[in-house]
Parts: sequence; C-alpha cells; structure tokens
Amino acid sequence: MSLYAVQKFLYELNRSEQMQARYTADQASELTPFELTDEEIAALISPDIGKLFHLGVNGQILMHFAAFHQIEWQDYLQRMRDGIAEHGPVREGVYAMTTGVTDTVVPKTTAKETTKENRSS
Amino acid sequence: MPLVFAGVCSHAPGITGRSEQADPDVRNRFYAAFDQMRIDLEASRPDAVVIIAAEHFANFFMNNMPTFAIGMADTYEGPIEDPGWLGIDRQRVPGSADISSRFISEVMHGSDVSYAEEWKFDHGIMVPLHFLTPSYDIPIIPVNINCQGPPLTPLHRAWQFGESIRAACDAMPERIAVISTGGISHWPATPDSGKINVEWDLDFMDRWCRNDRDALLDYDDLTVYADAGQGGFEIRTFIAAAAAARGAKGTVHFCEPIPIFAVSCTVATYDLSR
Repeated sequence: MSLYAVQKFLYELNRSEQMQARYTADQASELTPFELTDEEIAALISPDIGKLFHLGVNGQILMHFAAFHQIEWQDYLQRMRDGIAEHGPVREGVYAMTTGVTDTVVPKTTAKETTKENRSS
Repeated sequence: MPLVFAGVCSHAPGITGRSEQADPDVRNRFYAAFDQMRIDLEASRPDAVVIIAAEHFANFFMNNMPTFAIGMADTYEGPIEDPGWLGIDRQRVPGSADISSRFISEVMHGSDVSYAEEWKFDHGIMVPLHFLTPSYDIPIIPVNINCQGPPLTPLHRAWQFGESIRAACDAMPERIAVISTGGISHWPATPDSGKINVEWDLDFMDRWCRNDRDALLDYDDLTVYADAGQGGFEIRTFIAAAAAARGAKGTVHFCEPIPIFAVSCTVATYDLSR
C-alpha cells in the first residue's frame, strides 16, 4: 500500500501543465520516480477512477485527475460508485462513500450533460 | 486602519463549472447575492483583500502541510484546474509582496504561520474572485487553513488565527477586507456529491451570524464528518472570519442548497459599522 505515493504523484501532476504534457507523451517515465505498486500503476494508467477512489485517493485530488482526462462530472461520480461496487469500500482516508452503490444523489433530470459550448466563462 | 469588510461565501467548482445544470431561478438568485457582495466589497474601498481559503492540494501536500499559510507574492496564477472544466480562464491575479510581508509580520505576533512566495490558486479562491473581483484589479492576500490533510487545524486555533488576522488588519495603514470561503456541509468530489445537510448548515450559519464563539467551537471532527461530511471541515475558514469580525453580527444574504453545486450556496457578511 502506498496511497501517499499515489496521491503525491497526482498532486504533482494536477498542478503542473509541464508534467501533464510529459505524462501525456510518456506515462511510464513520469510514474517511475514514485514508489507505486503494480496495482496502483495500472489504476493510474488506465485511468481507473473507481479503483483509485477505492484505494483512498482524496476526492479533491482525484477530481482534478478526472478533469485532466476529460471525464465529465456525472461520469466521474458514476465511475467512483462503480469502483466501490466492484472493489468494496474505500480502504483508507476521509473521502469515503456514505450512500449506497445504487443511490443517485443528484437526479440526472436536473443535471444535463455539460459541453464546452454551453459552459460559462 | 480598521478592518473594512468581512464576509463569507461558497467556492464549490460547480458554481462556475456546472452553472447551466442548476435550477436557473435558484442559481440566478445566488449569483445576484454574489454580485451584491461585490458591490458592497467595492464600496468598502479595500486596498487589499485577504481570502481565507481551504485549498485542495494546489500548493500544500502531506510532505509539509502548514496549519496556516499566507501568500507573499506580487502575482499569483490560477486556476490550476482545467479552465473549461472550472469555467474560469487562466489568470494572473495581482498580489502585493509588500502588503503581504507587513501583514504576515503582524499576524505572526498572535499565530504561527507559514509564508509562501509561490501560490497557485484553485477553485477555492478562483470561484470567489470570479464574482467578487472580476477585473482582477485588487491585490489579493491568499490565506490557507488546513482543512484537508488530517490532523487538521483545531477549531479554537482557527478562531485565534482570525483574531490575529483582525489585529494585523487594524495595525496596517491599508484598508483590508477579509473574505472566507468554503462549503458548510458537503461531501465534495465523492459519489455523495450533492448530499447536503441543510438543517446543519442553517444552524451553523445562525451561530456564525450571532458570532457566538462558544457555539462555533462546539463541534468536533468526528461529528462534523458524520453530520456534514469531509467538506464540513471547511467551517474553519468561516470561524476565522467570525473571530476577525470581533463580535460583529452577521447577515445571511443567501443560503440555499444547489445539489449540482454540491453545497448550500452561501453569501453572508458581518456589519462592521457598529
């Protein structure tokens, strides 16, 4: 288990456009300096948002990583929920899930799909 | 110069990033409250605005997590988030190393702080600035209280920090405004996003408006986590604003849940005139 290292990698990636460009070009090389397990590396490269949430990645860090991968908000929420259904409860940390795996917190009828065209600026 | 303005507001990224997904009526009334806060802030003619935020791993990580931190640079950049995702374009935000340096020196008389000559703004600061200083023409002094990486800043230390900020504002020749940002109850960036404990929020804001120190500090992290989620830890910023207002009474201008924004969207200010 090296949740600290997973989060440290994501923290560095989230705040650096230069690192994001390097990671896009060569994921493995950017991950090398971090002491990660094979499970964690696979989850990051996929990216498996549900698995990362299950591992305990802080949502504030994971949210940015999902946005980096252009994962839409409702899709991001569902991927985390699917991860809990598949892998079990969050292993550690304070970003756990309190609702059920089949619950819908915000009905999709009030949450239209977001597109770049209709975003405000 | 005495403190010229004190208030609190929400900062959730959905406020700008998912604006079109919210109920238009509620959203527009919330935006109007934000705009009135901007008008009132401008009327206070601040020379600098202290933004007390609960940052989300834009600058500080568990390798060196400060209990309190204050920025000390002439310019800042943000948002770190994808601009399209947040709905806010990348900006260079003005600061003032000179004002910050003197301000930090004063705060240090009452509280231990880390200072930072580099600071990247995330949604915790950029969303409020988007509404409150949309021209990015007032120097910002960013402040952070650790609400993210346990062990967290104790609540009574957040109160003391607010007192130190007030003392620093009063000692400065400049006109300083203080705005704290954060959610009240919320479960941000989790599958529970959109879950809001409205009753808890209104009770907290009642304590905030009364500026009741004992009531504001009558929480512990375990019950906050259970009742208000991990996002509820951000009450530290509101508590600091209350202490900075030094007994002033507050008014809630808007506090209604907008689930797609993940919080009870809130705008509130203290009356410093009495």
